Amino acid sequence: MKVMVPVKRVVDYNVKVRVKPDGSGVDLNNVKMSVNPFCEIGIEEAVRLKEAGSATEVIAVAVGSTACQEQLRTCLALGADRAVLIETTDEVQPLGVARALAALQAKEEAGLVIFGKQSIDGDNCQTGQMFAALANMPQGTFASEVTIEGDKVKVIREVDGGLQTVQLSMPAVVSTDLRLNEPRYASLPNIMKAKKKPLDVHSPQDLGVDVAPTMEVLNVAPPAERAAGIIVDSVEALVDKLKNEAKVIS
Amino acid sequence: MALDDSTMDQLLDTVRKFVRNRLVPLEEQVSMEDHMPAEVVQEMRELGLFGLTVPPEFGGLGLSTEEECRVVLELGYTSPVFRSVFGTNNGIGSQGLVIDGTDEQKAKYLPKMATGEIIGSFALTEPDAGSDAGSVTTTAVLDGDSYLLNGTKRYITNAPEAQLFTVFARTDPTTKGSKGVSAFLVDADLPGITLGKSNRKMGQQGGHVCDVIFDDCRVPRDAIIGGQANLNRGFLTAMKTLDRGRLHIAALAVGCSERLIEEALTYAMERKQFNQPIAEFQLVQAMLADSRTESYAGRTMVMDAAKRRDAGEPVTTLASCCKLFATEMVGRVADRAVQIHGGAGYMEEYPVARFYRDVRLFRIYEGTSQIQQTLIAKNMVRDAR
Ligand SMILES: Cc1cc2nc3c(=O)[nH]c(=O)nc-3n(C[C@H](O)[C@H](O)[C@H](O)COP(=O)(O)OP(=O)(O)OC[C@H]3O[C@@H](n4cnc5c(N)ncnc54)[C@H](O)[C@@H]3O)c2cc1C
Repeated sequence: MKVMVPVKRVVDYNVKVRVKPDGSGVDLNNVKMSVNPFCEIGIEEAVRLKEAGSATEVIAVAVGSTACQEQLRTCLALGADRAVLIETTDEVQPLGVARALAALQAKEEAGLVIFGKQSIDGDNCQTGQMFAALANMPQGTFASEVTIEGDKVKVIREVDGGLQTVQLSMPAVVSTDLRLNEPRYASLPNIMKAKKKPLDVHSPQDLGVDVAPTMEVLNVAPPAERAAGIIVDSVEALVDKLKNEAKVIS
Repeated sequence: MALDDSTMDQLLDTVRKFVRNRLVPLEEQVSMEDHMPAEVVQEMRELGLFGLTVPPEFGGLGLSTEEECRVVLELGYTSPVFRSVFGTNNGIGSQGLVIDGTDEQKAKYLPKMATGEIIGSFALTEPDAGSDAGSVTTTAVLDGDSYLLNGTKRYITNAPEAQLFTVFARTDPTTKGSKGVSAFLVDADLPGITLGKSNRKMGQQGGHVCDVIFDDCRVPRDAIIGGQANLNRGFLTAMKTLDRGRLHIAALAVGCSERLIEEALTYAMERKQFNQPIAEFQLVQAMLADSRTESYAGRTMVMDAAKRRDAGEPVTTLASCCKLFATEMVGRVADRAVQIHGGAGYMEEYPVARFYRDVRLFRIYEGTSQIQQTLIAKNMVRDAR
């Protein structure tokens, strides 16, 4: 069984992002980029399925600019067998990505497609679900445990206040939650060997899809700065301020 | 450089993540317990850290000097004791073998050194032979088809953990200097080897150093690195590993200085006296600026010398310059970091006190600062003649 893992290139989680002064987006100049952490969990899960003998091949896929090859190489170093880049200079948005991936899935016919539940930049939490609809596949989102049972996959989902267990017929879609696994460090020899693994580049046209944006971002604003605090003289003054200014007690 | 930029970036990125997410949080525990957790050593093995400099045909990464130094700069961000776990395998423990070993010796030891299955230890220093390493008195006497080793080695890093010793012993009793000395590959489980008690050290707790005593330890005749052809030529082999080893230590010292500067800066910006962060005081700023400047100079020196070595230039003098400057520099940086922390710098709650002790070693081993000065000046005079 093939496992396909879509991965997104995002700003590294350690970077303190800065909003561009004109509010058009986040400043990406000279900013360290990484594999979206939820996608990395997806790669780890796929590699574990392969190590356990449940999967035969792990394919990492990215949709975006040439630079995404960097993140695909990371996935190859982590244990993916090959990588595919669907290259576009368009800004990538969930629907376009889902369309491109659905077109690729029609060719690859992966038994399992493992998405990160969301990317840490856009926080949309949409791509996996849109893909499932377009590819007409059942989905188990926010997975904290994935077990292959014959031609079915059992997924334990993290839902509000508890866990839900679902069983899906494969081919199926899974999206990863934080607790699914803890990704390994790529070993240094594997990083070096990753260069030799195949990385194919397609255009959306090759796949017959349109990935042009369907949504326009009007404004991006940083969180409001916290105003400086004050020191009050007495408990009475504090209670007064909480009551009459902050209005948090009555 | 052998590796393309993006592969190198990924390699460094992975080491950085491992260092910061995995090792830094363990620093205090390892130091307090004077114990290196076995699972961390295993993770180092899996990551490939034991084989950084071992050639790829023996399962290592075969990094160039520059690449190795860049990795070591990252490793310097955490307690140097972590690096000492695999330091010998990448340096003096394996490089002599890589350069001068016979094919059988390489095939027997290098793959296991690259994976870390074998931890190597380098046994040169003796109670009466330190800086004057050529005066070793441990003897190796041919007895039938084997040598009998007798003598005591002192301050041997990783001896309690090692599976393999590189032992320098006198094979020509008629000599007193380095000319009559051979380098032996000695399996640590051979009869006739005993270990002294672990020394109680100033710093780098978690790593262990002790005497290694050879008492009629019988080693095969072909245990000399390079075989009988290299009889009495052990120091020539050692010399070939020195430049790279010194650059490695210099890079480590620079890495530590960068960590110390980060600690000092963070503290200086948070700590307030006289109603302002101490980082606003010009006298504190002077300490920060001097540290930053010297650290940058050290980094630049190491990278320059490493590149030159990779390009085939002789760098013996430069490597000594780097080792001398970087290790003395990190001493000053550590001292200032403690000073910037004030009383807190004297306390174990902050890492700078530990680093202050840890980095003191760099000026002593792999050739003291005075020995480096002597070498640099000797080469200057020789080259000017
Ligand atoms: C923690 C630790 C780990 C070590 N690990 C190892 C190891 O794994 N393997 C190993 O073989 N050794 C190891 N050593 C030994 C180390 O290499 C020696 O301590 C070092 O070479 C200095 O030798 P010494 O201690 O005998 O000092 P000495 O040589 O006695 O030096 C004392 C002082 O005299 C100065 N001095 C000596 N000769 C001269 C000169 N010609 N001109 C000017 N000044 C001079 C020195 O610079 C120093 O200041 C280790 C040491 C330590 C502390």
